Parts: sequence; structure tokens; C-alpha cells
Amino acid sequence: MRMKDIPLSAWIGIIGILLAFFLAIFAPLIAPYGEREVVGEIWEQMSSQYLLGTDNLGRDLLSRMIYGARTTLFVALAASVLSFSIGIFLSFTAAVTRGIVDQVLSRFNDLMMSVPTLIFALVVLAVLPQNIWILITVMAVLDSTRVFRLGRAVALDVAVMEFVEAARLRGEGSMWIIFREILPNTLSPLLAEFGLRFAFSILFLSTLSFLGLGIQPPAADWGGMVKDNKDGIIFGIPAALIPGGAIAALAICVNLVVDWLLRRTSSLKGGRGDA
Amino acid sequence: MTDSDTDKLPALLGFPKRYPFLTLILQRLGLSVILLFAVSVLIFAGVEALPGDFASTYLGQSATPQAVANIRQDLGLDRPVTTRYFEWLGGALHGDFGTSWASKQSVTEQIGRRLGNSLFLAFFAAIISVPLAVGLGMLAVFYRNRFPDRLINVISLAAISLPEFFIGYLLILFFSVNLGIATFPATVYDTMSFGERLSAIALPTATLVLVVLAHMMRMTRAAILSVMSSAYMETAELKGLSAFNAIVKHAAPNAIAPIVNVVALNLAYLVVGVVVVEVVFVYPGMGQYMVDAVTVRDMPVVQACGLIFAAFYILLNMLADIIAIAANPRLRHPR
Repeated sequence: MRMKDIPLSAWIGIIGILLAFFLAIFAPLIAPYGEREVVGEIWEQMSSQYLLGTDNLGRDLLSRMIYGARTTLFVALAASVLSFSIGIFLSFTAAVTRGIVDQVLSRFNDLMMSVPTLIFALVVLAVLPQNIWILITVMAVLDSTRVFRLGRAVALDVAVMEFVEAARLRGEGSMWIIFREILPNTLSPLLAEFGLRFAFSILFLSTLSFLGLGIQPPAADWGGMVKDNKDGIIFGIPAALIPGGAIAALAICVNLVVDWLLRRTSSLKGGRGDA
Repeated sequence: MTDSDTDKLPALLGFPKRYPFLTLILQRLGLSVILLFAVSVLIFAGVEALPGDFASTYLGQSATPQAVANIRQDLGLDRPVTTRYFEWLGGALHGDFGTSWASKQSVTEQIGRRLGNSLFLAFFAAIISVPLAVGLGMLAVFYRNRFPDRLINVISLAAISLPEFFIGYLLILFFSVNLGIATFPATVYDTMSFGERLSAIALPTATLVLVVLAHMMRMTRAAILSVMSSAYMETAELKGLSAFNAIVKHAAPNAIAPIVNVVALNLAYLVVGVVVVEVVFVYPGMGQYMVDAVTVRDMPVVQACGLIFAAFYILLNMLADIIAIAANPRLRHPR
């Protein structure tokens, strides 16, 4: 693949994602003020001193946005990586072993998917203590059901190929077949799915934080910042829209890259449909 | 249940043969009932199995062992899980969800009032978004890979990425704060007239429509495209059928099932979208009730709301399946 084969839309997406990660990694060096530092009056206008104004407690909005990128990206990324590991491992195991294991895993997955993700998360988070690792685990487990469904479908296609049969006949174990035969041959659609899950994780985390059930204050995260500043909307103060817009922009960037990956995958298959 | 259950065995065995369509639907109904039952176990028992004790969270700092024990006894948490589960399920089947821990009021009464509000909102969002989405999806297919299609594609890709609350606050800032033509917060009372209610839910409905529209439209487009690119459509074109005839006679009957599926799936999505939109607009519906209950860990309310949301979701998915079966002759008359 050459650099010039990447379309403009995908470039915009890649640059947006890199920028967000850059801000997140070097947050303490870039942010003009501290994450929890009260520096001015409540909801001050944008000025040269406070580039994006101040929030509902008089903290610098830009600094909180930069630190918020850290939390949001870290939690969303951790949740998608974990959900992928769980989903891929279980789905490939189901596709390779078949039989009763496949039946049990698939039916349980159907059951998990019959409850909407947000509702399930609300029920579970009502019981569990509020803590960032529990949040990541809940998000990952709920999301892994979607990965499982795709992973199983993709792996089943590959599992009936001759080279898998050959590996089985020369006596390789299930783990070898999963990681050395099936995984390398399903990487392309799975990569697109990873992007999709990552975008979903960003939105899901932001929604939970917005509902007050995600990242707990005073830590900054974009969804929580919308919640903190939402009362300003009635007075025409757009402070809540800045983190909201950032979430949207990041999700759009991820989706632009995914769109390109998906189109690449379908053209690799040589399909006649352009859907 | 059905008449067939009371019949004798030979009649029962003949039933699937004579009424294959009815059997399929009954199977699907039965599956949904089992699914719903399993979900109720998941919601109740799953919650019980998780670590975290309500009584100690509830009391916070003042959780002495004696106070915790007292609360557990008050709420009946000291009895075995299975007993409580069957009591809860029995009550739920009769429409009794117990009393709220936080307000000590009947959960059913609270839900009854709010469920109507939520359905009112979701209904208007549905009757606006479904025709719009299907229409735009068809438009996109008609102008496939030309400017209108690309425009719709880019806009819908962006719309999918917008969080519900962002759309909601954007609409509030623009329409009710800057222009002052819409009401916020969208509170509704029992004494409000129908017209007043409609104007109160204008913004929340618009938000919900925008949220589901993009998804529904993209899926409709994909569904129609996959039908349009099949071999029989090529044959129809090659034998000289006009585009209109080909679509009406060949594409439409085959596209009904996938489109209905898309619609039902998104109506199910609407059920969930209601939660966030209600919180944004301070609308007195089920979603807000559930979120409030989750923050104070009021489990009877959370479980009741969870079960009702899940039931709607399962019901809509079942309807989609049944309509898909009814629309497909191959499923209607299985070999």
C-alpha cells in the first residue's frame, strides 16, 4: 500500500486521531493551567488569558479539555482493547472447537445481546462500586458481545479452508490454529471492526459520564464536562458544547478511517456490491 | 396458549406440517418468551451475584454492622436469592414491581405515568423518522455514487458520530435560547392539553429523529443496494424491463424484509435513545426515572425499568423477525 492511495477523508481522520493522542500524551506540557486548578470567575468569556473561557467552577476550559482527552482516550482505548481480546478469543474458540462449546457461547451471547447495551450498563453500574477499572471492564464485557458475533462469522469462513484442515491433520492444537492460521487471515475486517468499536467506546463512555455514571469528578473527561457545564446553556453560555463538539469530532475522525478500511476490505474480497 | 396444546399427540405432530407458517411464528413467540425469562434472571440474579452491598453503599460513612443488618432486614435482603427472585417475577407478571427503596412509593404507579410519556415521545419520533429514513435511503440508491448520494453519505457518517446530548444541547442553544421559539425544559403535566404537549416535545423529538435517522438511512441504503446488485435485477435489466417495473416487480418484494428489519432495529434503538434525550430535556419519562434510580442505587426501580426496556427491545426484534418470515415465501413455506 502506498501513501497516496489513502483518500483525503482518511487523512483527515488519521490527523485528527493523532492530534488527540498527542494532546493526551503531552497534556501536562501543553495545558496552560492545572486540571483541577480554579483560576478565574465562573463561565468567563473566551479571552487571550483563557482561550476557551472557564467552566462552572472557574477552571480553565482548555486545560480541562486537554486533560480530558487523556481520560477519555485512555478509558475508551483500554475498553476496546479488552473487549477485543475477550471477543476474539471466545469467538475463535467457538468457531474452531464447534459443538457444545460453540452452542453454549453463542446462545449466551444472544442472551447478552437481547438487552440494549446502555440499559445493561445502567443495571450493572447501579450495583458495582464506582471505579475506573470497573467501568472499563463493564464497557469491555458488554461490547465484546458485538465483537464475538463478527469474530465468529469471520472465523467460521476461514476455519473451513484447506490450510486449516492441513494444520489440523498435521496435529496442531486449537491455540495454534486460532493464532497462527485464523487470526492472520481475518486481520483486515477485524481492524475495521476495532475502529468501529473504538468510536462506539468513545461515545458510550461519554454518554455514561454525561449521565453521571462514568468518570467521577473532579477528574476531567469530555462527557463529564458536558454534564458539568450543561446548566450554562440556558444562559446562552456554550461551554458545554466545546467538549461535546470534541467528542463528536473525534468520533467522526475514527469513523472516517473505519470507512476507508471497510471499503478497502470489501474491494479486497472482489465483491460486486458497493454497499 | 394455542388450541394445538390441548389436542392429542398425533394431531400435534401433524400441526407443523399443515400450518408451517403458524408453527414458525409460534416458535418465534416461544423463543421470545424464553429469552425474556432468561433476561429477567440475568437482570435479577446477575445483579445479586455482583460484588457490592447496597446496605453499606446506602449508608455510606455511617455503616455500622448493626445498621447494615437492620437495613438488609428492612429490605428483605436477608432471605434466600431464589425466594426473592420468584416473588419478584411473580409480582412483575402481575404488574407489581414492589416499592422503591428511596421514595417508598409503588414502582408500578411511578412507571405507569412515565411509560406513557416515553412512548408518546418515541411514537412521534418514529412516525417522523421512519418515512424520512426510507425515503432518503431510496434517494441515495437512486443517485448511487453521484453527488446526492455522496452528500447523504458524508452527512450521515457525521451524524452517526454525534452523541445524543450534543445534538440536544445544540438544538436547545439554537432554538430556545437564541431564537426563543421552542420550550426548554420539556416538562409535561397531566393538565396539559394535547397541543401544549406537542410543542413541549418538539425539541426532544427532533433530537431523537436526528439520532436514529442516519443509522436507519444507511442501513436502508445498504439493504436496497444488496437487492439491486443481485443477479435477478441484472436479468430484469437485460431483458429490457424499465427501471420502474424492475423495482416494483423484482426489487421491492425482496427489499421489504431487510427494510422492515432495519426499521424495527432502529425503533429498538429509539427505546435506548430515549434515556439520554429525556435526561437532556428534563422530560419526565422512564429513562430519566431509571438514571435517577441508578445514581441512588434504588434497585427495585432499576430492575423494573431494565426489564421493561429489555421487553420492548425483545418485542420489536421479534416483530421484525415475524414480518421478515411473512415477507419471504421461502421461509413461509419451508421444504
